[in-house]
Amino acid sequence: MSEFYTALDHLALLPAILLGLFGCAIFLFDFWLFPKASDKGKLTWFVIAAEGFTAVALWRQFAYLQENGLPALVAFRGMLSIDGFTLFFNAMFLVAALLTALISYRYLEQEGEHQGEYYALILLAQCGMFFMAASTELVSLFVGLELMALSFYVLVGFLGRDRRSNEAAMKYFILGSFSSAFLAYGFSLLYGLSGSTRMADIGALLETRPLTDPLLLLAVGSTVVGVLFKLGVAPFHMWVPDIYEGAPTPVTAYLSVASKAAAVAMLLRLFEGPLAGSREMWEPLLATAAVLTITVGNLGALSQSSVKRMLAYSAVAHAGYMLLGLVAGNETGIKGVVLYAFIYTFMNLGAFLVLIGLHRKGIRGENLDDLAGLMRHNGFASIAMLVFLVSLAGIPPTAGFLAKYYIFLALLESGHYYLAVIGVLYVAVAIYYYFRVIRSMFFEEPAVAPRFRMGRGLGFAFATAVAATIGIGIFAEPFVRIAGMTLLR
Amino acid sequence: MDSLLSLVLLTPLMGMLVLLCLPSANQQAIRLAANIVGLVGFLVSLPLAFRFDANAAGYQFVENIDWIPFLGARYHLGLDGISLLLVMLTTLTGFLAILSSWNAVTDRIKSYYAMLLLLQTGMIGVFLSLDFFLFYVFWEIVLVPMYFLIGVWGGPRKLYAAIKFFLYTLTGSVLMLIAMLVLYFQYHQEFGVYSFGIQELLRISLPAATQQWVFWLLFVGFAIKVPMFPFHTWLPDAHTEAPTAGSVILAAVLLKMGAYGFIRFSLPLLPDAANTALIVQVVVTLSLVGILYGALVSLVQKDWKKLVAYSSVSHLGFCTLGIFSLNPNGLAGSIIQQVNHGISTGMLFLIVGVIYERRHTRDIAEYGGLAHVMPRFATVFAFAMLSSAGLPMLNGFVGEFTILQGAFERNPLWAALGVIGIVLGAAYLLWLFQRTMLGQVTNRKNLGLADLSLREMAIFAPLIVWALWIGIYPKPYFDVLKQPVSQIVERVRPGVYPVPSGVRSVEAATR
Repeated sequence: MSEFYTALDHLALLPAILLGLFGCAIFLFDFWLFPKASDKGKLTWFVIAAEGFTAVALWRQFAYLQENGLPALVAFRGMLSIDGFTLFFNAMFLVAALLTALISYRYLEQEGEHQGEYYALILLAQCGMFFMAASTELVSLFVGLELMALSFYVLVGFLGRDRRSNEAAMKYFILGSFSSAFLAYGFSLLYGLSGSTRMADIGALLETRPLTDPLLLLAVGSTVVGVLFKLGVAPFHMWVPDIYEGAPTPVTAYLSVASKAAAVAMLLRLFEGPLAGSREMWEPLLATAAVLTITVGNLGALSQSSVKRMLAYSAVAHAGYMLLGLVAGNETGIKGVVLYAFIYTFMNLGAFLVLIGLHRKGIRGENLDDLAGLMRHNGFASIAMLVFLVSLAGIPPTAGFLAKYYIFLALLESGHYYLAVIGVLYVAVAIYYYFRVIRSMFFEEPAVAPRFRMGRGLGFAFATAVAATIGIGIFAEPFVRIAGMTLLR
Repeated sequence: MDSLLSLVLLTPLMGMLVLLCLPSANQQAIRLAANIVGLVGFLVSLPLAFRFDANAAGYQFVENIDWIPFLGARYHLGLDGISLLLVMLTTLTGFLAILSSWNAVTDRIKSYYAMLLLLQTGMIGVFLSLDFFLFYVFWEIVLVPMYFLIGVWGGPRKLYAAIKFFLYTLTGSVLMLIAMLVLYFQYHQEFGVYSFGIQELLRISLPAATQQWVFWLLFVGFAIKVPMFPFHTWLPDAHTEAPTAGSVILAAVLLKMGAYGFIRFSLPLLPDAANTALIVQVVVTLSLVGILYGALVSLVQKDWKKLVAYSSVSHLGFCTLGIFSLNPNGLAGSIIQQVNHGISTGMLFLIVGVIYERRHTRDIAEYGGLAHVMPRFATVFAFAMLSSAGLPMLNGFVGEFTILQGAFERNPLWAALGVIGIVLGAAYLLWLFQRTMLGQVTNRKNLGLADLSLREMAIFAPLIVWALWIGIYPKPYFDVLKQPVSQIVERVRPGVYPVPSGVRSVEAATR
């Protein structure tokens, strides 16, 4: 250990190192250890091991903070900050990555695309997310974002023989690069203005400049556009439905929860950090974007016949609700955003599980009709799906209600009454499309009996997601408290 | 701590869990188990009525434990005279609804009874909660089983009716959520702690302007549920398409949740708003329009069940008229009328269910002269019809009379218009009876219909007894209501009415 890499730096970086090493190890040894496609399923154990080690590393960080009573462990001279916020988001990424690995192997086998690289990319994407949550400096933040995004470009196009998947990957790559360019431009202007890439320095400098400064406006504006793009917020949401639909379903699930949570983490790091001082400038922008997002997402979802596409539009709407929490901006709001992202991980991942279970070779199983009569065929899966959809709609006593509850409370506390009323009214709209799925599962008679296959991995993921969705809703106390510990200020 | 209320609340839920563990193949066992749970649910609620002390102020059998301390939400249950009557109504009609489904439902009966029992817990929870958050949770829980009851076991247009019911009610309740959060936040500002407790929220002092718009938010939520005039369009669809048990519960209990909301939340929490001339005028006008409109539309219905459904709009108009008369008579009459409506309209829906089970049509023109074929049935129907029309010595009269008395005190015109509603009510009910029961049997298909079986008689018997009891000797009901009603009136219009001895103000009673 040297001056440039102290023991503390090592402790802070350990989860990322582990994820990177395990990811690269899969790349290197996969074809050698598991040459046959039928053996690739064993790689899930490898991922489980990787996540296990990462969990231990995160736990050690947490223990270190607790022992020393520190709010944050700052490493690499202010490049990384391991605090409650980082740890909470990383726990979320960990759960999402683990569940994604567990639900993927059968899907990939059926598609005949079972490659070891898939698991490596999941781990590398998670490594990128680690930096998105932990960075307090623009360059490492950007590199983390790119690592995640590049992994996802490949994952989305993983079904090489499927035209939809290829198209989605191409679109995602072009639009994603475009948005990264915006972000890089914004970051470079911020650097030019302040002479530092550290968020703390930028924040200090921005406070000395008037809000009417056109250069500042340009810098903040491009940054906002870049971040909103990643989050899939209107008017930059166009990529979401196509890419969600085209990607392999487990990847869609991973993309919709983990990548979104990472984008939220980045959003909060930036807007509650250096940009907090220029709130007056961006708050109306974000408020407008949030209302637009909720509108576009909900109205778009109404007419979809593909459940996967419907969930994509609903993901847009949910991004809008999370944004509303940031617009409210008080403690409740930020806590609400974090809690929302956490709860969303389970309920949205859960909703995709049903689609994965219905998937078979040559049959996508993602249309409303494919779910018809599922109740008679597989009661557990239908009731689980019911729980997820009710939670996504925000009906108590499920966790989704708690998530929305905090957002609305925050809006009222901060005096954004109209936003709160608009937000709740769209809940009623959302009910309509979520309940179309329920109607299909429970009320309609299928033309062909749906065939649902529940493997071990899928079963475990189902059980976890249901338990979390109901459990957080009823025994909310510990989760709310943990979310409260993540506040950045 | 007394845990009687938890017992009443959780018995159906526990029963549901037991029911879910039974094998689906054994239908008789499931039916029997569900009926036993229903009966036990009713029996455990009886001690509430016996042990209730009508002279005690405030809530009784209170249970109050922490639930989500971080939010300030508590598991806080309690019972006063108003909720006592509605809880008893719920447990009884819930049981009878289960009993009435013995032959009517043959498809997926395990899920069917599970939904009914879950619904039961939700409804009881609404009436027992003394915590706004808990209330909201139960309020929403009710929607889901009802949605399934209509959507799976309903009539031909069930899917449309189910989602319409859900969307309407949910739209209202999310607005109610906003109102709830405003009160919650205001309490935090004034007292520095978070609380959803109804008794705690009474202490906040909202500015009059805020009270008014909070009132309107709550109003939309409750008015949709009642339903009041422009928000009523979900009701005919839901009622008509729901299976018999669903219609009975909808009419008897679910609609009361809205009226209960007005009494429990809108009036005491927003007294200044509730007493504003504009608000009273709007709400009363909508009530009167509902009374007349509902009755007129009932007159022209060709569908037996739809007629009963529209009559609910009219009857519930009386309930809201009584509430917003804002005097002891109006309020007490309104609550008694809610119970009455549960009994009479519940019976009318059961009657439609009985005939539908036999003939599978609800078209009034298909029937005629049934009194010759089914004398017992015709007698029960006559009884239910007269009780609904408000014949003296039967329950409907007591409620309507007291409401009109209350309305007259405020404005004779209101009472005059209400009386027209009663006349129209008698007209459509008598005409319905005449068309279906009297005369010669015109349709040969009706000749071989079986009269009421013993089980069916057993369903109607308790309701008939209850209707007679309220009609002949309503004093116990007024006694039970005296305390809570005068507390609410005193809070909304302090000093206008003499407070009867032994009644303490809401604030004092809750200390």
